[in-house]
Amino acid sequence: MTPVARNRLIALGALLVAGVGLGFVAFGNIGENLVYYWSPAEMLAQGDKAYGATIRLGGVVQPGSIQWNAEHTTLHFRVANDAKEGTASVLVRSTETPPQMFRDKIGVVVEGTYDKSGVFSSNRLMVNHSNEYRAPKEGEDPNKWRETLTDGTTTASTGTGAR
Amino acid sequence: MNKLIKWGLPLAGLGVLAAGWWLGLAWAPPDREMGDVQRIMYVHVPLQWMAMVAMLLNFVAAVSYLLRGNASWKLDSTAESAAEVGLLLGTLGMVTGAIWGRPTWGVYWSWDPRLTSEAIMLVTYTGYLVLRRFVEDPDKRATWSAVVAILGAINLPIVWFSVRWWRSLHQVQSSPKTVDPQMVLPLRVSAIGLLLITIFFLITRYRLALAERQAEVALPDALPEASGSVVSNAHKVA
Repeated sequence: MTPVARNRLIALGALLVAGVGLGFVAFGNIGENLVYYWSPAEMLAQGDKAYGATIRLGGVVQPGSIQWNAEHTTLHFRVANDAKEGTASVLVRSTETPPQMFRDKIGVVVEGTYDKSGVFSSNRLMVNHSNEYRAPKEGEDPNKWRETLTDGTTTASTGTGAR
Repeated sequence: MNKLIKWGLPLAGLGVLAAGWWLGLAWAPPDREMGDVQRIMYVHVPLQWMAMVAMLLNFVAAVSYLLRGNASWKLDSTAESAAEVGLLLGTLGMVTGAIWGRPTWGVYWSWDPRLTSEAIMLVTYTGYLVLRRFVEDPDKRATWSAVVAILGAINLPIVWFSVRWWRSLHQVQSSPKTVDPQMVLPLRVSAIGLLLITIFFLITRYRLALAERQAEVALPDALPEASGSVVSNAHKVA
């Protein structure tokens, strides 16, 4: 075989392997076995299997569910499937200071364990942002707005525990 | 022409990039949720776009090298320079992404599909460059590294579509529909500036690589008085 023919054969072989590999990843449903996080409904559907293992739970912060105890720096909130009312949700307890963008209806991913009392103890709280970037509306100052939100949450829920 | 590439291209690139970043820092509004932190977008996103362009160039050059089959050192040098420039841009993109992640997500790093596939990409092209340094025979080096480049390129669509195919912490791609026009403009200007700088890097690195290849391959011809055995040895050593 001439070097030219050999190189072409190598090229076709490598392209074939690459194509099959990519096709497998794209259409091989590996996403079903490899999920970055469970939604509340999926985690609750696991039943006993969800207890005790370290898992990631993802969803949105249920509106009105944030309770921040500044004295003990404990944070309680509910992670729901989506922002609509009446979807499955899980109570989360975190001892971490949440990221600045943490608030009602924002997407979150928490890492931790779920126990039989129905509380998810989070040791890592992450907030995910949407792909939208917008200018502040008339009269809005994003930096000031954030400060008032933090103060409001703190005073509104001092001393309250889990529901 | 040469002067234009050597001075005109980097100066134009830096000028356009400076204009884009000025627009992004001083002219564009802050994001209504993230505030001023969002402005790192004008650095992070162009870096990742250009890394992707460079890696695609590496793939095209590698495939063309093998299909042409006649040891085209120009294509081999293109592939090498594209991988090196792409690795630099991708690494900077990852670092700026981590810096952006800490204040917004709350973490520098998480093993979500986008971040993981990006990490695999950087490791792959580091391996590609390491392989090239280890193989001394220019023909074998070009052929073997082209195979690695083709296999490594599987990951490029995975990096791009990871945020659509799987759940991730990283958000899906934005589009002009999801981004206000005052933010789209600085992003585009910054990207064009960085594109010019990337092209300058690619050309400069390509010329170096081609000169190296030609020196390696031409070594026997450069020694006209040497005996036959030395010539063949010289070729092997090169």
